[in-house]
Amino acid sequence: MAGIEAQAPAGLSAPRVVRPAVPWYQRAVARTVFYHLAVGVTCFFMLYPILWLVGSSFKPPDEIWTNQTAIIPNEFYPQNYPNGWAGFGGISFTTFYRNSLFYATLGTILSVSASSVVAYGFARVRFRGRRIWFAVMLVTLMLPTQVQIIPQYIVFKQLGWLNTFYPLLLPRIGGSAFFIFMIIQFIRSIPVDLDEAAMIDGASKFGIFLRVILPQLTPAIITAAIFSFYWTWDEFLVPLIYLNSPELYLVSLALRTFSDPSGQTDWGAIFAMSALSLLPVFVIFISFQRYLVEGISTTGLKG
Amino acid sequence: MAAATLTKGKRRRKSNFGQDNLVGYLFIGPWLIAFFLFTFIPISVSLLLSFTDYNVLANSGDFIGLDNFQRMFFEDRRYWRSVNATVKYVVFSVPLRLVFALAVAMLLNTYRRGVGVYRAAFYAPSIIGGSIAVAVMWREIFGNDGLVNFTLNLLGIEGPNWLGRPETAIWTLIILAAWQFGSPMLIFLAGLKNIPKHLYESAEIDGANSLQRFLRITLPMLTPIIFFNLIMQLISGFMVFTQAFIVTQGRPLDTTLFYALYVYRRAFEQNEMGYASAMAWVMLMVIAVLTAFVFRSSSYWVHYEADEGT
Repeated sequence: MAGIEAQAPAGLSAPRVVRPAVPWYQRAVARTVFYHLAVGVTCFFMLYPILWLVGSSFKPPDEIWTNQTAIIPNEFYPQNYPNGWAGFGGISFTTFYRNSLFYATLGTILSVSASSVVAYGFARVRFRGRRIWFAVMLVTLMLPTQVQIIPQYIVFKQLGWLNTFYPLLLPRIGGSAFFIFMIIQFIRSIPVDLDEAAMIDGASKFGIFLRVILPQLTPAIITAAIFSFYWTWDEFLVPLIYLNSPELYLVSLALRTFSDPSGQTDWGAIFAMSALSLLPVFVIFISFQRYLVEGISTTGLKG
Repeated sequence: MAAATLTKGKRRRKSNFGQDNLVGYLFIGPWLIAFFLFTFIPISVSLLLSFTDYNVLANSGDFIGLDNFQRMFFEDRRYWRSVNATVKYVVFSVPLRLVFALAVAMLLNTYRRGVGVYRAAFYAPSIIGGSIAVAVMWREIFGNDGLVNFTLNLLGIEGPNWLGRPETAIWTLIILAAWQFGSPMLIFLAGLKNIPKHLYESAEIDGANSLQRFLRITLPMLTPIIFFNLIMQLISGFMVFTQAFIVTQGRPLDTTLFYALYVYRRAFEQNEMGYASAMAWVMLMVIAVLTAFVFRSSSYWVHYEADEGT
């Protein structure tokens, strides 16, 4: 009996509160029901636009305008997907997805591997100027892209690299300040004892990085890789500037052209391709939710 | 003997220190190279460009002194319209986002079953927030016969042309921003979990009601996190681009011509890269001043536990 009473929420057992003679467990149930009702309804409204987009992508053309608010279509019409996949100008979404997958994968590998190397240098190696460079790196987090992008564009244009992936991939060779910062925080939580033990055994700093630190970095690397992948997948401004020919378009660029209100009127197909472009991000989000939440909570990465 | 090992150790450390310089720079080398090539040099060049009338098509430009800045501040009325739109957007969207984020974080700060699912659901709009798909969807939702007006119609109200009217267009983008409060929410949630429980317990014994507990405990304890979120949201608010580019294209009457969008137009549509660089540099200065101001002011309202002398 005492054990059951101990489970009552602290607020209810406060002596000065005079409540009607309802057993505490009934009130707790009522509270829980009310909580789930309120939060659940709010959640539904939050998710409604997304559910609506997915639902609309399965509506036949006339139903999109006549049965607009519904999430579940009256008539299930998957034909929107092949219609949309056909793309535009003779280029199908196969090309766009291939480009995006190539860019997001390679871009992620580049920036995450560079970031972990650099983070190790900042976190575990003492060298002159470390504090200054670390501060500089944090400042770069706040720089607007606009001040860097114009001179970069001029140079890449002179090099004849418009319509290639070099301008998008090359700046990633130094990693990303966000991920470097995140991995530094993570390395700092790894006890130095292991490093020292390895050093006594005669391991070099590179050896320690490869054999001691890197194997323990897996969670941080997974987190960084997820963020990197989905940011790269959604990237728009930089690809917009450098990739001008449709056969190089990423899904984001293709979607913009595809949904141009002056050209396209097949809203079913637009919805279908929009919903589909969210799928990779959602799959990653659902399968790695724990890592994402941890990453944002501990380092304040933007989502 | 002891002295000998000590000096030996000292010499050892000294030589290690020298070696560590090289090793350290080898490790941070990739970042350093990329920083100089893709950040430091471009920003410096951008500053130089801002004093020229560089045109990328002709690949030539002359030094024109402060003409770009003169034009920007005194002659270009679109510039001021874009400043206006950006400030309005930031002033409304950042507080809205933070208030939603804190409110929902407090709702989710319990150990009930299912909270994980709710947290994911509230975060979901943010994870897809920057995508073109969402912007396209938003354009449809607020379109002339889009979802919002369809719903209003069912209720017997004739909805306005949300995207076409200067008074309403920017609000569709502010709502879009407010909808994506996921990452400040998660940061608040982590902060709320760190507030020691005993503070609330003793406040309750003292008879504090829930509003008092919020104002006297939750809010002060959260100020470092509010501060962090405020800075991050301000910066990203000033740089908003994609949503306006897709949903409203800066229209109508430049009421959604956000700063970053205007810089893009000048640089990459009108090829006026000198002028665009000048605008970008002004933006950089404004963000720097604003960040410095928030940092300076933080000593008045940010509460760090270390202040209390532990």
